[in-house]
Order: sequence, then C-alpha cells, then structure tokens
Amino acid sequence: MNIWIESLLAFLILAGASFTLLGSIGLARLPDFFMRLHGPTKTTTLGVGAMVIASAIYFSVSDPGISLHEIAATLFLFITAPVSAHLLAKAALHIAQKPVSEEDRPG
Amino acid sequence: MLNFAIQIAFAMIALAMLLSLYRMVRGPDATDRILALDTLYINTIALLVLLGINTDNSAYFESALLIAIMGFVGTVALSKYLLRGDIIE
Amino acid sequence: MRRFFPHPALSVAIFLLWMALNNASSLAHAVLALILAIGLPLLTRSFWPEHPPRVKAIPALRLFAVVVCDIVIASIDVAKLVLGPTGRIKPAFIEVPLDLQDPFVGTLLASIVSLTPGTVSIDIDRSRWVLQVHALNVDDRAAVINAIKTRYEKPLKEIFSC
Repeated sequence: MNIWIESLLAFLILAGASFTLLGSIGLARLPDFFMRLHGPTKTTTLGVGAMVIASAIYFSVSDPGISLHEIAATLFLFITAPVSAHLLAKAALHIAQKPVSEEDRPG
Repeated sequence: MLNFAIQIAFAMIALAMLLSLYRMVRGPDATDRILALDTLYINTIALLVLLGINTDNSAYFESALLIAIMGFVGTVALSKYLLRGDIIE
Repeated sequence: MRRFFPHPALSVAIFLLWMALNNASSLAHAVLALILAIGLPLLTRSFWPEHPPRVKAIPALRLFAVVVCDIVIASIDVAKLVLGPTGRIKPAFIEVPLDLQDPFVGTLLASIVSLTPGTVSIDIDRSRWVLQVHALNVDDRAAVINAIKTRYEKPLKEIFSC
C-alpha cells in the first residue's frame, strides 16, 4: 500500500477516534442533560463518519473493486443522529415538566 | 504506521465506551441513560469498523450496519415510550 | 412514465442505495435494484405526499458544502468547550421565528441545525412556526438567530422555492 494512502488512513482513523472520545468525554463531563446532548449528536457522529470513510478507502484499495456500502452507512448515521437527539430532547422536556419556555406556549 | 494508529484508536474507543458506560450507570435521568446507550451503540460501530480494518475482513461492516439500524430504532422506541407511555400509537 | 415512476427521485435514491449496499458488484444486483426502484414507490405510493417537491440543484449543492464544513467546525467547537472548564459555559434555550411554513423543509432545517455549531433543535411549534433550539454556549442570542436564518433557512427557501 502506498505511503500517502496509509498516512491518510492513519489520519482519518486517529481523527475519528479522537472525536468519538471527545463526544463521550462531553457526555460524561457536562453538567446538564441538554448540554450533554451536544457531544454525541455532533462530535461522535463526525468521528464515526470519519472512521467509516477510512474503512471505505481501505477496502477500495486493498480488495479488487470499490467499496461503496460504507457511504450508505455514513449517510444513515448523519440522518439518524439529529432525529434521535430531537426525540430525546422532547422526552427530557416532557419528564422535566417545567421546560424553560413552557409558559409562553399556547395550549 | 497504520497498525500503530489502529492500536491507539482501539484504546481511545475503549475509553469512550467506558465514559458512556459511566454516564449510563450514573444517570441521573432516564433520558441520560438512553443518550448514553445511544452513544454506546455508535462507539460499538466505530469499534467494529476498526476491527474490520485490523483483520482485513469486510464482513464486520455488515454487523456494524445492523447495529446502527437497531440502535436507532431502539433509541426512538425508548424515547417514544418516555414521551407517551406507549410505543405504537 | 408517470404511472411507473410516481416518485422519480425516490426511485433513483433506492437504486443508488441498493447498488451502494452491494458495492455495485454485478449486473444481477443492478437488475434487482431496478426492480426495487420501480416496485417500492408503487407499493408505498399511498404513504407519500402527492407532489414531490421541486429541488434546485445548484443552491442545494452549495448548501450541502456549507453544511459539511459546518459539521467539522461544530465538532471542533464542542471539543474545545468540553475540554475547557465546564463552569464557564453559558447554555440557553432560544426561539427562532421561521419564515418557511412547510413540514418537510422544517424537518430538514431542524436536522441541519442539530448537526451544525452550537445548537440542537428541540421542537418546532407548528401553530406559530417557531423553532426552539438549545445553544451550548451563547453570548448573543440575536447573532444565533441571525446565523440560523441567513445561513440555512434562506438557502432552504431558495432550494424548495417556498
């Protein structure tokens, strides 16, 4: 394998792993639920996305033919992350009973 | 070089999983635990992708895809349950 | 033509997705993808709104590029905040009044807002068309609202002409 491709792969994998770790640090460290929501939705998603793309490049180079199914997985991750964040936020508001702007909402 | 990077990445993902596990055990709310579980799923996907590159076997990727789908459906179902006390309306 | 392809964009998406999932490996998969691309929209046509929205390609590609850049910036932003002292972070709920009044485009906007710097969308109030967002670290509420409206809402309105 070409040294440039190998460096690119190493970079993508390390960057992906760092972002994944940072997302989890945010999840463990930040003081309230809505702040914790930011880490996993943005940082972890990007981290795993970078690693999945590294996998796509690796298998395209090492095996005959190109490896495309990783692209589908990346797309899936980026579409689902905001949806689960949104539902969790709604559930948290529902549980908390006293969301910040409930008083000025009709009904 | 690639091998070395993968080993370091394994350690980082393991640490990330431990931190998510800490949040899942600690709570304090049900939503925190679901969020931690969701993060744990995504960390698992990262781990499987790495394992696939490390062992040069693309079959791991299929399981990562399955975990992604199951994790998303699980998170949505649990949040729906918290929202309405019911999953299917 | 319309009878066999009630949703041309959906058919193309299914075809490309099936080919991607099978690594575009053989002709047999292409045939199967074609069958699925024709069959699935026909079978599920009653679940889809009648008129698929018209999309302008060039603004859509430009917005896509902006969003991809912003996702990277967002992650670096969050990383900085997470590693620094957590006591100094000032989170806030912000209400963004929306100009667009389309459920689909609103959903798209909410998803983009969730993935981009500083904000996660919490809820869309469909009676008043207000997007409720949670910002991780905010100094100036008006700047956040302005950023969302000019950076994402305006291009979306242009793309879907609504």
